[in-house]
Amino acid sequence: MKLIVKIGMSLALVISLAACGNSEKEDKESLRLDDYSSQTKEKKTEAKDASGDSGDDLSNKGIGPIKSMDLPESIDSDMAANGASIFKNMCSACHKMDKKFVGPAIAGVTERRSPEWIMNMILNPEQMIKEDPIAKRLLIESNMAVMANQGLEEDEARAMVEYFRQYDKQN
Amino acid sequence: MKNIFKIAILGVLGLFIQSCGNGGSSDQKSGAISGNAAERVYVAPGEHDEFYAFLSGGYSGNLTVYGLPSGRMLKEIPVFSQFPTNGYGYSEETVPMLNTSFGFVPWGDAHHPDISQTNGELDGRWVFINENNTPRIARISLEYFETEEIIEIPHSAGNHSSSFVTENTEYVVAGTRFSVPYPQEDMAIDEMKGNFKGPLTFIAVGDDGRMKIDFQLKMPGFNYDLAHPGRGDSHGWFFFTTYNTEEAHTMQEVNASQNDKDFIAAVNWKKIQEYVQNGGGEEIDAEYAHNVFDHSTQTATTTMENKVLTVDPREVEGAVFFMPTPKSPHGCDVDPSGEYIVGNGKLSTDLTVHSFSKMITAIENEDYEGDAYDIPILNFDSTLAGTVKEGGLGPLHTEFDGKGNAYTTFFISSEVVKWKLGTWEVLDRQPSYYSVGHNMIPGGNSRKPFGKYMVSLNKITKDRYLPTGPELEHSAQLYDISGEKMELLSDFPTHGEPHYAAGIPADKIKSKSRKIYRLDENEHEYAATNESETKMVRDGKDVHVYMTTVRSHFSPDNLEGIKVGDKVYFHVTNLEQDFDVPHGFAMIGANTSELLIMPGQTKTITWEPKKVGVWPFYCTDFCSALHQEMQGYVRVSGQNSNVPLKWTLDDEEIN
Repeated sequence: MKLIVKIGMSLALVISLAACGNSEKEDKESLRLDDYSSQTKEKKTEAKDASGDSGDDLSNKGIGPIKSMDLPESIDSDMAANGASIFKNMCSACHKMDKKFVGPAIAGVTERRSPEWIMNMILNPEQMIKEDPIAKRLLIESNMAVMANQGLEEDEARAMVEYFRQYDKQN
Repeated sequence: MKNIFKIAILGVLGLFIQSCGNGGSSDQKSGAISGNAAERVYVAPGEHDEFYAFLSGGYSGNLTVYGLPSGRMLKEIPVFSQFPTNGYGYSEETVPMLNTSFGFVPWGDAHHPDISQTNGELDGRWVFINENNTPRIARISLEYFETEEIIEIPHSAGNHSSSFVTENTEYVVAGTRFSVPYPQEDMAIDEMKGNFKGPLTFIAVGDDGRMKIDFQLKMPGFNYDLAHPGRGDSHGWFFFTTYNTEEAHTMQEVNASQNDKDFIAAVNWKKIQEYVQNGGGEEIDAEYAHNVFDHSTQTATTTMENKVLTVDPREVEGAVFFMPTPKSPHGCDVDPSGEYIVGNGKLSTDLTVHSFSKMITAIENEDYEGDAYDIPILNFDSTLAGTVKEGGLGPLHTEFDGKGNAYTTFFISSEVVKWKLGTWEVLDRQPSYYSVGHNMIPGGNSRKPFGKYMVSLNKITKDRYLPTGPELEHSAQLYDISGEKMELLSDFPTHGEPHYAAGIPADKIKSKSRKIYRLDENEHEYAATNESETKMVRDGKDVHVYMTTVRSHFSPDNLEGIKVGDKVYFHVTNLEQDFDVPHGFAMIGANTSELLIMPGQTKTITWEPKKVGVWPFYCTDFCSALHQEMQGYVRVSGQNSNVPLKWTLDDEEIN
């Protein structure tokens, strides 16, 4: 009898947890704010993952309007110049090329991420930081500073990819 | 016994399930009388209301936006009063909006919002609203829900028979309630009679909304109380109620209520427009401010004007007539067809309805019963369409449902009365709580009313809500008027003292509502549209700080080189471009308000540091998980210090 009650109770608990759970809460589970040592430890592991550049990251196209794209080998320098100007006006308050600021450093991003992922991160950040595994990880690394949606058009995000590619080729 | 108990429990359970289960049924909501009141005002979480309602704030000086049928307040739009919530009237950009010929006036008394029209129907471009105390008319954009323009009305006093628009928004009118010397002069008050005038101002509205005073009609010195334009056949005419045709200058409570009848002034504005277009009228001196907010520079400017064209109504043949109306009429309302002009005789029990077509016949027949200062007074019986008998006590205002019915408020008997146009029979009456002033049906004073809901705007609240000490907010009530009988659905408190209101179906404007200010369209003189443009510039004692915000830091966030006695201008640009990501800016000890800066916007506040030290500033709007970290420091040095200007972010100088 006792056992049955226990099983019943734990079942109820599971159900109620399931009913309340959502992705945002799951994100926060790994962060225990009352325990600094474990937080630091976790952050370290996360950071290691991020710099690990596993092949998986490059195959991830992210979530958003950009499903797949083919990039030519050559760089369109006009497009890159346009991308640089958009980056300066819309992004540079939080991202620097060569150092982590509010968000990650941009240098090398085209070697770490697929172009689709980069564009989806620019165009669809709200969903990305909730659902995309890399974006979720980066959010935690950035102390929960969310990636802002700057309301850019697809061609503007594309121009920024061109700027990042040019930067990575030259540096 | 046990069984009965079980059945009772089942019964209760059944009821409970029933009351929970029909949240999704929409057919009950739309049914005329079916369903209960709670369902019909319930708008589920995340869903939108069917109508916008714009309620004047009265002595708040502002305009509040509500959703109907829920009665939820959506926004307060600052118009004639300073609004520390977002810095309106405090920020350098918006201070000019409150300039007048009397200087900066921080407060106003906002009365009668009216939505712009095209072909007699609401078009949802702008809301106009009048300021009664220091006569002004404002235009509010329904794309931005912001005040874009305020024009002062010279030679006017108690700007009350305002701000009603003609059928194609050709004009917005501003009539004076208090007659005054015209133009103003030093004279004995008891010489008022015959010497004061009651100017009615016609303000032309351009396609872009810009207002310009076209002419002022120099009317006899009566009190012009309310007005509405003709529509349909009567388009081209404007009707104004008058009281104090006695021209009493003291104890008007008694002395302005002596005459059995006052007048409705019928003004053929098309004739006068033609007259002034042909060079008629006389230009006289005037002094008035015209304040315009430019959305590209995000800055308001004041232009002082010094002339106005005045027209003597007797000089334009067939332009102005008086229709006698009992008894100190207040509201002046025109039915959707334009045929009936309702004079709400506030000291009467009856309503007097005039016929436009009979008025035209009477004018053609010169069917006069005299004149007032040489303006013809039409024979009362010749313009009378009918009388609504014993409607109630103290009729004030009438709105229409577009189905042949009129709805009049009765202040003294505290009720709303539905009656039929043409037969004048009373169809229904419902109490209001308490002492209703205006009522409002969306589009209810246009060619095309949306006769589903009516709001009564009540003057007295008393016990309707939880008590909040002696001072109470006013109360409004929502009625369903889709059926034969009116049904009271809900009460909701309002802000300030709403006089009139204007309502419009939400789908006429909501898709046009702006989400952000585009950074690439920001032409503010002191904008920094990216962090590399942020800086400090000293100009004598003035220091201009070009600052930016983004989630969640300021750039710069460390400022040095400010001295006691300086005047610091913080020009703050919000670099965000996402919907609903404002940042705030507050500086310790600033003798002004905060700034609330919407995405892409630049706003400026000043600070005159009085004490040496290191003083913090911070973001006031909870912008992100790192909002509490959104802060900065200003180092203030002594007046004679040599600390150079220095502005940094993350310890790096910005250039």
